[in-house]
Amino acid sequence: MTPRVGILALQGDFAEHLRAFSQLDCEPVLVKKPPDVLDCQALVIPGGESTTIGKLCQRFGVDEAIIQLHQRGVPIWGTCAGMILLAKEIEDNDQWGLRLMDMAVRRNAFGRQVDSFETDLAVVGISNGPVPTVFIRAPYVTRVWGEAQVLSSFEDKIVIVRQENLLATAFHPELTDDRRIQQYFLAMV
Amino acid sequence: MTKKSTWKTKVGLAQMLRGGVIMDVTNAQQAKIAEDAGAVAVMALERVPADIRAEGGVARMADLRIIEEIMEVVTIPVMAKCRIGHFAEAQVLQAMGVDFIDESEVLTPADENFHIWKHDFDVPFVCGCTNLAEALRRIGEGAAMIRTKGEAGSGNIVEATRHMRAVITGIEHLQGLRDDELMTETKNMGAPFDLVRQVAHEGKLPVPNFSAGGIATPADAALMMQLGAEAIFVGSGIFKSEDPAERALAIVHATTYYEDPHEVAKACKGLKGAAMVGIDVASLPEEERLATRGW
Repeated sequence: MTPRVGILALQGDFAEHLRAFSQLDCEPVLVKKPPDVLDCQALVIPGGESTTIGKLCQRFGVDEAIIQLHQRGVPIWGTCAGMILLAKEIEDNDQWGLRLMDMAVRRNAFGRQVDSFETDLAVVGISNGPVPTVFIRAPYVTRVWGEAQVLSSFEDKIVIVRQENLLATAFHPELTDDRRIQQYFLAMV
Repeated sequence: MTKKSTWKTKVGLAQMLRGGVIMDVTNAQQAKIAEDAGAVAVMALERVPADIRAEGGVARMADLRIIEEIMEVVTIPVMAKCRIGHFAEAQVLQAMGVDFIDESEVLTPADENFHIWKHDFDVPFVCGCTNLAEALRRIGEGAAMIRTKGEAGSGNIVEATRHMRAVITGIEHLQGLRDDELMTETKNMGAPFDLVRQVAHEGKLPVPNFSAGGIATPADAALMMQLGAEAIFVGSGIFKSEDPAERALAIVHATTYYEDPHEVAKACKGLKGAAMVGIDVASLPEEERLATRGW
């Protein structure tokens, strides 16, 4: 059975995630409402503004649906804003988060927009060479604990973390044509 | 190999703002209200378009102290406007560290012949357009985001729909043409050939297309999103309304669930304060229309 991959479409670059997953063996679908979120076998929280996505999640009951999904063991992947929303700690900020992963994140940690960049990264568990990555006003992880595992760092800053069924990337694999991170995530389903 | 400020990172930020509402603000307090309501970005400026229209005079780049204050209080991206063709204002805004520059017809144009060569900058630019050819000229100069102009400060959606429909029907027209017809079409449009060809083949602009100019209600936002806007700019519509905080929340609500009339109805019903007072664009003399600035 091909898994139904929900892409949270409250705000952000959900269209790019949809395009990326539509090239792979799965059924990607944009989801905005709690019943649609609950109907997924995997969920992606896209890049965007974490404060906006967080507020919309709370306002429209999507937060509880995501937590329920997680409790069922459904894999969840957060990119950029999604990484922030998955972290148990958000540095210097009292904003709302799902607080599921054993890690602390720093927002806009590489600087403002003019500091956004592209680079190639070696990732634990991904073969055939480094993965092209795009960082946009990106966060990074300042520390991990418990079950969280670091899969890659850029200049000693943690940028990919996995914890059981949860995956978080500070960058945007959906903006490149390389599909290895999506395939890695689908293998978690 | 690490490369900063690439085309991908510029267009990427525009892509991250999709499905969101970008709000005009004139001070730090308004910026905070916007962020609390769920704005994806704020546009820092000295006067909202409705006031520029009412007070007249030359409208320039905002006071840098105001921009700085706004950058200090919010964590969402901060945009700022420079005058059309005023590349020195743009250089200053880039040096300030703003996240996006709007080369905007809302300010008094600095150059009636030439827009800024935006590829020279590290910071991404958004530009207004009234039709597809204008959009492609701006993208050719390096704009990483397009917004249809509408008529800023009017509180009237009629120009916003006109410009959005012009862009969308322009794209559909190109898709219907054969390859051997595209060069002639390019000549007639006055747009860069490579971009004309790309749009004809892909059926969409190479950068995100947002809507601006005249959005005053949740239903206005839902209308523009259904017509094909990927996000919404609200200028005077929020802070010239009776209760900006509730209106900001309602417009965000309607933009998120634009395709669901029940949700848009809920957003509308929650509003107690009145919308901004609009003006009939047809009654505006040609020289007072902002959308005709730039080419």
